[in-house]
Amino acid sequence: MIAAALTTDSFLERLPVLARDTVTGRLPESWRWMAGSLLEIIAILAGFGLLFAYLTLAERKILGRIQNRPGPNRTGWFGLLQPFADGVKALTKEDVVPAGADRVLHFLAPVVLVAVSLLGFAVLPFGRHLVAVELDTAVLYFFAAGTATELAVFMAGWASHNKYSLLAAMRALAQLISYELPLLLSVVPVVLVAGTLSTTKIVAAQGGWSLGFVPHWHVFTPWGAAGFVLFMVAALAESNRSPFDLPEAESELIAGHLTEYSGFKYALFFMAEYFGMCALSGMAVTLFLGGWGAPLAQLEWIPSYAWFTAKLLVLLLGFIWIRATLPRLRLDQLMKFAWKFLVPLTLLNLANAAGWSLTAGWTGPLQLVRWAVALALVAVPFVVLGRTLSAGSAPRTYRFA
Amino acid sequence: MLGSGILQGLLVTAKNFVGSFHDPARYTTLEYPEVKPALPEAYRNFPFLVCDNATDPLGTLRCVACQICEKECPPQCIYIEKSRDKKPDATGKPQIYPAVFAIDTSVCMSCQICVEVCPFDAIKMDQVFEVATTDRYAALLLDRGQLTKPNTYFHTIHPTEAAEVDARLAADRQAAEEKARVAALAKAKAPAAPQAPAAPVAKRDQTPESAP
Repeated sequence: MIAAALTTDSFLERLPVLARDTVTGRLPESWRWMAGSLLEIIAILAGFGLLFAYLTLAERKILGRIQNRPGPNRTGWFGLLQPFADGVKALTKEDVVPAGADRVLHFLAPVVLVAVSLLGFAVLPFGRHLVAVELDTAVLYFFAAGTATELAVFMAGWASHNKYSLLAAMRALAQLISYELPLLLSVVPVVLVAGTLSTTKIVAAQGGWSLGFVPHWHVFTPWGAAGFVLFMVAALAESNRSPFDLPEAESELIAGHLTEYSGFKYALFFMAEYFGMCALSGMAVTLFLGGWGAPLAQLEWIPSYAWFTAKLLVLLLGFIWIRATLPRLRLDQLMKFAWKFLVPLTLLNLANAAGWSLTAGWTGPLQLVRWAVALALVAVPFVVLGRTLSAGSAPRTYRFA
Repeated sequence: MLGSGILQGLLVTAKNFVGSFHDPARYTTLEYPEVKPALPEAYRNFPFLVCDNATDPLGTLRCVACQICEKECPPQCIYIEKSRDKKPDATGKPQIYPAVFAIDTSVCMSCQICVEVCPFDAIKMDQVFEVATTDRYAALLLDRGQLTKPNTYFHTIHPTEAAEVDARLAADRQAAEEKARVAALAKAKAPAAPQAPAAPVAKRDQTPESAP
């Protein structure tokens, strides 16, 4: 990629690029571009496929521990072969298609869902030299591609010819479209401040340290911290994770749009859910947590992709932790939360970020004023909105229980 | 403030997560086939027959085939055939013994009534819960040989009850011997007296309320 930078970097930092160039170097010049892209696709598929496999295991182990039980520990050492056993099981199960189902759409829905949820990985900078496609409008592309998952979910619900699937698909559409708005609005401040839609440039904008140890990550600014939290909440809803897992609410809708799916198609839906979760977490890392940047200058000898992976894993563990903690919301609570709470807060956050970037030149005591105003713009609306929205609904008194 | 409940909840789950690694009070799972549970002493499932001598289980059965348990069993899972001859029991007295004693554990409801009614402390409740078989008919019908277990085993599973039974049996035996001695003395003193009944019937007399 960048030949000048490559020579100054450490061997580990260059390793993935070197490996790719060694393979493509054996091919004729005109094929190299194609072979390189294919290798990148294979690397992403293999890496995130494996991450998906072990994320399911980690999730089951962590949920187990949180519920005071061991979790899967029989298949292999500490249950490490469990994902593969699950895969074999899913592959060998009977694939049932309902008689009334639209066979083509029923088959296509999981395929489209996985394909679409993989698209986002193309623009994530996994390391200093590791980005599959360098787009000027990467952020826009990422969210445009991610939005197509809604189509696949509704496809599944509609094609199943099942009332639960259809109801769940409608819920899913309502939820995903509602949370698309806060998700995008919480990203806009980053684009505003960084002045670019390119993910690599957004990461580059977060490089460097103030006072020698505070990284210039967006999450360490008032609007960035708020944006990060809002983004993660919306990402939870976008990836259908608890407490926003209404589309597949087991207790209400059997398994939602997954009701009529079995075998590997069912596994594909889960794969897509985890891919979506990984992609959104990767985006959060890129936008708010400094991407592949090291937290301290002294730690830069650790390769950039290791930092990206570490940050990604922390966010994913956060997803699992939240899943183990919170009960599912009701549909009206979900909508109320999105439209009355998240959207106003993200809009205010946008204004906050605009003010932040306008006051970038302030120094000395003005700097303190800048921080105080920005913090107040985050905290006051949060408290006021929270009080007004939860007024009358809490604490709940149980008169007949 | 909004969200404080979520933070409290996260703290609770985090405590559980960490606690499950070092606090046995939080992590209560026993990994069953490797780690066996410590059963409470009062736990029971199916009956077994007590014998006094582990080296000769069928020869020292306490059961005298009185068939009270067979008649009292609510689901009628016990089947007994009396022997035609008599064999000496643990105390050396000739007794009828069960030629066939079978319990259908697929029918047994673990009510313990057979144990309550047995005048000889010959049938007790077992604690073996690993009773799965691949054959649901023959393998669940336990015969005399499978049902018989020594008194020492009874002591290991129900120590309190076994100690009480042993003490009672020993007292009965002693009382019977005392009675026989007195009767023998009386017989020696009054040679003209009519013949005394055989002395050691005390075991049967001791539990009159449960005999039908």
